[in-house]
Amino acid sequence: MSGTFVGMPAFPEAAREAVHDQTLRGNLRHATHTIRAKRRTAVAEVSDWAELREAGKRIKDHTLRHLDRYLVQLEESVTAAGGTVHWAADAGEANRIVTRLVKETGESEVVKVKSMATQEIGLNEALEEEGIRAYETDLAELIVQLGKDRPSHILVPAIHRNRGEIREIFAREMSEWGRPAPEGLTDTPAELAEAARLHLREKFLRAKVGVSGANFMVAETGTLVVVESEGNGRMCLTLPETLISVVGIEKIVPTWRDLEVFLQTLPRSSTAERMNPYTSTWTGTTDEDGPRNFHLVLLDNGRTDTLADEVGRQALRCIRCSACLNVCPVYERAGGHAYGSVYPGPIGAILSPQLRGTASEIDASLPYASSLCGACYEVCPVAIDIPEVLVHLRERVVQGGQVTREGNKVVLRPAKGHAAERAAMRAARWAFTRPGALRTGQRLASRTRRFHPRTLPGPGRAWTGTRDLPPVPAEPFRDWWHRTHGGKDETK
Amino acid sequence: MRVALFLTCVNDTLYPDTGRAVVKLLNRLGVEVDFPVAQTCCGQAHYNTGYRYEAEPLARHFSDVFRDYEAIVTPSGSCGAMVRELYPRMGERARAEGRGDTLATALAPVVPKTYELTEFLVDVLGVTDVGAYYPHTVTYHPTCHGLRGLGLGERPLRLLRAVKGLELVELPGAEECCGFGGTFALKNADVSAAMGADKVRNAASTGAEVLCAADNSCLMHIGGTMTRLRTGMRPVHIAQILASTEEEPAA
Ligand code: SF4
Repeated sequence: MSGTFVGMPAFPEAAREAVHDQTLRGNLRHATHTIRAKRRTAVAEVSDWAELREAGKRIKDHTLRHLDRYLVQLEESVTAAGGTVHWAADAGEANRIVTRLVKETGESEVVKVKSMATQEIGLNEALEEEGIRAYETDLAELIVQLGKDRPSHILVPAIHRNRGEIREIFAREMSEWGRPAPEGLTDTPAELAEAARLHLREKFLRAKVGVSGANFMVAETGTLVVVESEGNGRMCLTLPETLISVVGIEKIVPTWRDLEVFLQTLPRSSTAERMNPYTSTWTGTTDEDGPRNFHLVLLDNGRTDTLADEVGRQALRCIRCSACLNVCPVYERAGGHAYGSVYPGPIGAILSPQLRGTASEIDASLPYASSLCGACYEVCPVAIDIPEVLVHLRERVVQGGQVTREGNKVVLRPAKGHAAERAAMRAARWAFTRPGALRTGQRLASRTRRFHPRTLPGPGRAWTGTRDLPPVPAEPFRDWWHRTHGGKDETK
Repeated sequence: MRVALFLTCVNDTLYPDTGRAVVKLLNRLGVEVDFPVAQTCCGQAHYNTGYRYEAEPLARHFSDVFRDYEAIVTPSGSCGAMVRELYPRMGERARAEGRGDTLATALAPVVPKTYELTEFLVDVLGVTDVGAYYPHTVTYHPTCHGLRGLGLGERPLRLLRAVKGLELVELPGAEECCGFGGTFALKNADVSAAMGADKVRNAASTGAEVLCAADNSCLMHIGGTMTRLRTGMRPVHIAQILASTEEEPAA
């Protein structure tokens, strides 16, 4: 994924700063609670939501199971419709393909529709190195780009910014990139939106190359689908002469009919809208209308490896609605940057360690970035059991085992740094399979209870830094049971 | 009916009052309850931290201890969910790893017979008014594994509403996790503490004297945060409220 994240510290350290940043906490709390409530209402309106969720899950599972077949079908239909299909095994290959395609047009700038896949591969940075400027045209994405910032949310990448901060960024940075912000810009939403509109308009009208992702690809017809709210997508997809779409291979659906399900569940889950304002579909190229050249870059980048894992593969059902982020109590407090990936929140915690592996500090810590409260699973429109995958990935971290990397089966060793924990878990298992040992430990704790400190040293400080310890009772329950025969001989 | 109390290792060691309350309550409702002394731990902490192989012998031990009872009652939503939801999954995983059916078969008998306390009261005994008396203002926090894992729904609230003298006040943001999450509380202490503090602030805003839940692990975290933040509220397990009577009132 993007080089920006190399060398990220583990999640707990990365989150610490965010937890204590009151402005950020306020911004995130306000934004996530608002969208959370709206989503709940939008979903409650649909009487067959549970069935739609199940249908979405099944369509995705079926497609993933027969992905080889559907990918070939897609390639054939896109080619038949006048498009060109490219296959990219990893980020580097995808970036090279896109760079070459842009250079072949002789252009040195592109307009972009918000796309997670191009963020994942760090396309903007790769193009920059080759002297090609990529302009983000989604409002929130523009804010991130102008602010030289990193995205912190899938759908609202600038969710960590409030209006005042956005005004600041516009006033300061817009002139560097093109049309400056209007004089005396205030932080009212209408003025900010107008400033962005004017700034972007000249880019749309000038651009000869557009770069996008896609929400769905329909195998039977070779049609790509982008859903969005601002109309910038429609501009980027129709005005340029050349359109290059970089799409993860898991974004396929077999037929148009399957879209029926997702075009209901996606907008309600993501923006809490009944229907998203713009749904653009295109099939190859059409004479006298839209781009003359269409290139589809199909991106693997760890996806087939993920597909090889029986438990983890469900992460590939994700339609990037971001409902799981909005409802996540950990995301709300840690913010998106702590996840060290363009995929933050619960989905990021299960996707990044699969796409990138668990070798780095951040990726090995992500499966633990959850209290397993299950709120994400409850809202997920394709029923990804995120807690199940988190626990599965924790096993991978502490126990090691077989995984697939770049198509090859490899055996991972248990991660370092868990030795003390592993010993403690073993010791506990030993005691818990011997009730006598447990009783001895309990009695010891009860007898020494007057000497227990209120605060603990070492790792125990993680608890007592903010919370008191419960007092240890004079006798454990089992001794009381034994002494009183289940309370029958209790003398009051 | 032969009913066993699975108290859980945490309650046995740290919260014996909860165990005594369950026994008292069930006896009052005419249920003879046994406490098989060989019981230890369901293996939840092991499983959820990634040590599934260490959890397997604990699950087998659990099944050995409890399999002959007709019902297994536990005053913990998360340990109940461990047995009901995750024991079958452990069996499936072992099968998928080519280790055959033995684990699944060993664990199968206890899965459908394990009930969280409020489920047992409402679904099996069919009571919502347990004849309790508790003259205090109470707010109820539905713990995540009870709420989303077991789907306890309204059961605890129905039981609490029937308690004489009890004034139930709604907890804002009730369904948000308190931040305990087992080893999460240690591994991600800052985020966990922030979640706990928000939960406690919400609880304090109700003006209730007592925050009630059906899981002492979460209450240990919430209660530890309450005393540290000096809110003056106290955490009480639902069993202790339901066991309380006019003759023998609980605090
Ligand atoms: S995991 Fe589910 S809820 Fe989260 S973004 Fe993906 S589809 Fe949406």
